[in-house]
Amino acid sequence: MAKKKTSKKATTKKAARKKTSRRRGPVSAKRDAETIASIEGLAEQVTKDGLKGRDPSVEIPLRTVSNMNWNKRKRILEMGDATQSRELFNVGQARKFMQTLLLAKGCKDLIEAQKTLSLRGMYYMSLHTIEGTKEKTFNEQSESDTVLEDLEVGLGGLREELHVFAKKRGTMVGNITIEDNGDEIDCRRMGTGGYAIPSICEPSVIQFKQCDAKFVLHVEKDTVWSRFNEDRFWEKHNCILTEGSGQPPRGVRRLLHRLNKELGLPIYCLLDCDPWGHYIYSVIKQGSINLAFESERMAIPDAKFMGIRAEDYDRYDLSSDVRIALNDRDVTRARQIADYPWFKDKKPWQKEIKKLLSNGFKMEVESLITKDISYVTEVYVPERLKDKGKYFLD
Amino acid sequence: MPPAAAATRKKKSRKAATAESMAAMQREISVSEFFAKNRHLLGFDNPRKAVLTTVKEAVDNALDACEEAGILPDISVQMLQLDETRFKITIQDNGPGIVRRQIENIFGKLLYGSKFHRMKMSRGQQGIGISAAGMYGLMTTGKPVRIISKTGKRKPAHEVVLKIDTSKNRAEVVSDTEHPEDDKHFPDGHGTIVAIELEGKYQKGRQSIDEYLEQTAIANPHARITWTSPTNETVEFPRAMDELPAEAKEIKPHPKGIELGTLIQMLERTEPTSVSSFLQNEFSRVGQRKASDLIKLADKKTSKTITPRTRISTMGHDEAEALYKAIQDTSIMAPPTDCLVPIGSRALLAGLLKEVQAEFFAAATRPPAVYRGNPFQMEVAIAFGGDLPRDDSARILRFANRVPLLYQQSACSSFKAVLETGWKNYGLSQPRGSLPTGPLVVMVHMASVWVPFTSESKEAIADYDEIRKELRLALQECGRKLGTYLRRRQKMKKEAERRSVFERYIGEIATACHNITGTDARALFVALKKIAARKTEEADQTLDQDGKVVDTRDPLEKDDDVIILHDRSAHPDDEADALFKDDIPSRKLPRRGSKAAKRTVSRKKTGKKASRKR
Repeated sequence: MAKKKTSKKATTKKAARKKTSRRRGPVSAKRDAETIASIEGLAEQVTKDGLKGRDPSVEIPLRTVSNMNWNKRKRILEMGDATQSRELFNVGQARKFMQTLLLAKGCKDLIEAQKTLSLRGMYYMSLHTIEGTKEKTFNEQSESDTVLEDLEVGLGGLREELHVFAKKRGTMVGNITIEDNGDEIDCRRMGTGGYAIPSICEPSVIQFKQCDAKFVLHVEKDTVWSRFNEDRFWEKHNCILTEGSGQPPRGVRRLLHRLNKELGLPIYCLLDCDPWGHYIYSVIKQGSINLAFESERMAIPDAKFMGIRAEDYDRYDLSSDVRIALNDRDVTRARQIADYPWFKDKKPWQKEIKKLLSNGFKMEVESLITKDISYVTEVYVPERLKDKGKYFLD
Repeated sequence: MPPAAAATRKKKSRKAATAESMAAMQREISVSEFFAKNRHLLGFDNPRKAVLTTVKEAVDNALDACEEAGILPDISVQMLQLDETRFKITIQDNGPGIVRRQIENIFGKLLYGSKFHRMKMSRGQQGIGISAAGMYGLMTTGKPVRIISKTGKRKPAHEVVLKIDTSKNRAEVVSDTEHPEDDKHFPDGHGTIVAIELEGKYQKGRQSIDEYLEQTAIANPHARITWTSPTNETVEFPRAMDELPAEAKEIKPHPKGIELGTLIQMLERTEPTSVSSFLQNEFSRVGQRKASDLIKLADKKTSKTITPRTRISTMGHDEAEALYKAIQDTSIMAPPTDCLVPIGSRALLAGLLKEVQAEFFAAATRPPAVYRGNPFQMEVAIAFGGDLPRDDSARILRFANRVPLLYQQSACSSFKAVLETGWKNYGLSQPRGSLPTGPLVVMVHMASVWVPFTSESKEAIADYDEIRKELRLALQECGRKLGTYLRRRQKMKKEAERRSVFERYIGEIATACHNITGTDARALFVALKKIAARKTEEADQTLDQDGKVVDTRDPLEKDDDVIILHDRSAHPDDEADALFKDDIPSRKLPRRGSKAAKRTVSRKKTGKKASRKR
């Protein structure tokens, strides 16, 4: 249930306005028409109910742990059938009901204009003071964000199909050339900054051109990624190097998914040795609880966990200074994760989490720097790549 | 005295008193002297209280006299400032007047009156009050009391100036004039004027004459009172009903209320007769059968023989004690209660409604009960909300036999009963061991043939268990109604909030739907609004604890003893008019704290005939 807090909400004030479709819109015309039809269906249902004196309500699939199934065969998280009825005539839901309709209207306007907006842009678009009151339609962006997610699942459409995107986060370099909205981008020549992975990575926006890479190394955050990029690790090992700034946003996950599915590249994750690192891995591999409805197009069941491992403290004889004591929250979270069905029957993972708990401390990827500045790129990762069976966790 | 003893005496340095010299100093103390020294016992502790007590005693007497004579009381009180600390208080009534030969006794003698020796509900009890006031005046100013009284149209008015001789507890007539035709003072042909000059202090506010008269007017809606203050402001408390309260019947003592000593005294004092007829004649609720039961039982309790025909003159202490024990062991019907005249719930509410700017009023009248053989009846009314101060402690208005009690609140049984009532159960906050806080006024009235005051100045009701119990039950009855009302109000507020939440968003939703599908926004808006109204209305009809649908009408509104002013802005008089259409003609009373209203308000004729008994 607990999800890693992403910085999605802290979007820059400047509502990034995406370049209008120079060549085409972000979504195909056919899917746009479908989305508009479902928005209209929603409003029509409300109107019909209202005029007939019935209680207007919107059915929204539940996005909770209870309504989430672990599909053992597909090895991904799937959303169950349970829905929640959002009613106008319920004191606790009336405001959200109103917000849902406001955002539905906003999305329809966006699609018709063939434009996209950021989450923050959507918040401003539907923001006004309710007539005759001092109440605002939205008090803060987080309110509109959650309602938008509800609308997404409620309409059975994706955020991208609603022409809404999140702030872009995540970076990529490597032996691959892609086309982004018609512009060809050679990811081998991205300098020190790398290619910023956009929020929408649908095939209609990004196409893969030429790829020589043999695998994808995904690291947790920007600092580690910079180390690898500076050491030109991707060149030496012929791979693609990505990072997701903590919990990877949808764009990064979608891109990794496509690299895995379309190009058959294995995904290796280098994450911190703590419950949050483990959960990032879990989200990349099985999908997140909140966006379980998108697992089919996001989750990478074949992704592998490369490190940092709890045993590495002894194995690499790390200085005791790198230890960060586990706090109560960490311990609780670690136990929760060990209890997830997709970790439950994996003995190595149970051992790993047990070791973490018995260590009583966490370690960041950066802790390897205490050995040598480039220890991680020159010793740690290459050693692991050579003997995957010994070091990798599934 | 033996010489040895005398010698030992002489050794002592100081001069010792002898039995003889002491005997020379020992003499009778007259009641007047006693009270002259202990005037605080009568309510003359300080100058401010002295003027109040004087007015109070005179007004109480006037009301008693008028009611007993079947006259609608018309009383005027005037207070004139003569000097910085000297006042002249004049009280005039239209009562039956006092015959010439009784004037000295009534006004010049302490403990002289008609009310002490009988069991009848009245304001005065001991016959101390007015003569004590005169005595106080004489002591502080040296000026005698002036009384003018006229007993009938064709009878002369007597003007008597009296001084009280404290040592003899007797009045001394200073002057006595007869005015054969003094009709200018007495338009009704009869009445009494008392004028007392005294040292005092006049101050408005709590425990003032103004407050006393105001509360008197609440409890005596049949009286008309005119009050002229030292600042020469005149306030009229008009008559609110043209019918006197039912006359209180005089009753005989109840056997259970008699102590052994009193019984022996009664046996000695009564005309010689048989035990049986003694019991039947001197007590209430003792008939022939009950008398013979008592005598049979008494006979068993003593070695001597008692038969119904035993002469009481032959009865000694043993027989009396046996009779006393027999009374204690026999169940005797409670004393008759027609001797009690409660104010009545409706009149109580009417009084409060005019006095207190509240939104909720409830009253409860308990059935009569008995303490120490004295029948009594408790009445409680409460007012809540409205313009009453929200953060103060509750205010208690206490009355005994229609007389407001202004002092010694914390010593009063009613105060203790209010304290021990769990107001938290009724939705009020109540700090431990104190009065509830909130916009609450509690009015308590005790009607009894003998109100047990804690002191002669009649300020607090003594704390008998029976009295406290009745009070508590009455308070609880009112409290429950208040609790119901408050919960109801809370719920209504919640419903209104619910509705406003729905209505707030309906406009937005209609517009959004219109923008998406192009439907008629107005039609949808109206339709949704209708659903919202229906929804919140449905919610009004909730289930009670037993799962039954509660009547959507407020159950309190069906209660005769409750008044709820839904809209405080509506004039309470109008509300009252609606409520009391056939009950009490409503007239405007000066409102508390409103300056304009304090001025004389001309009596408004409504022409409605009041019938208080329903």
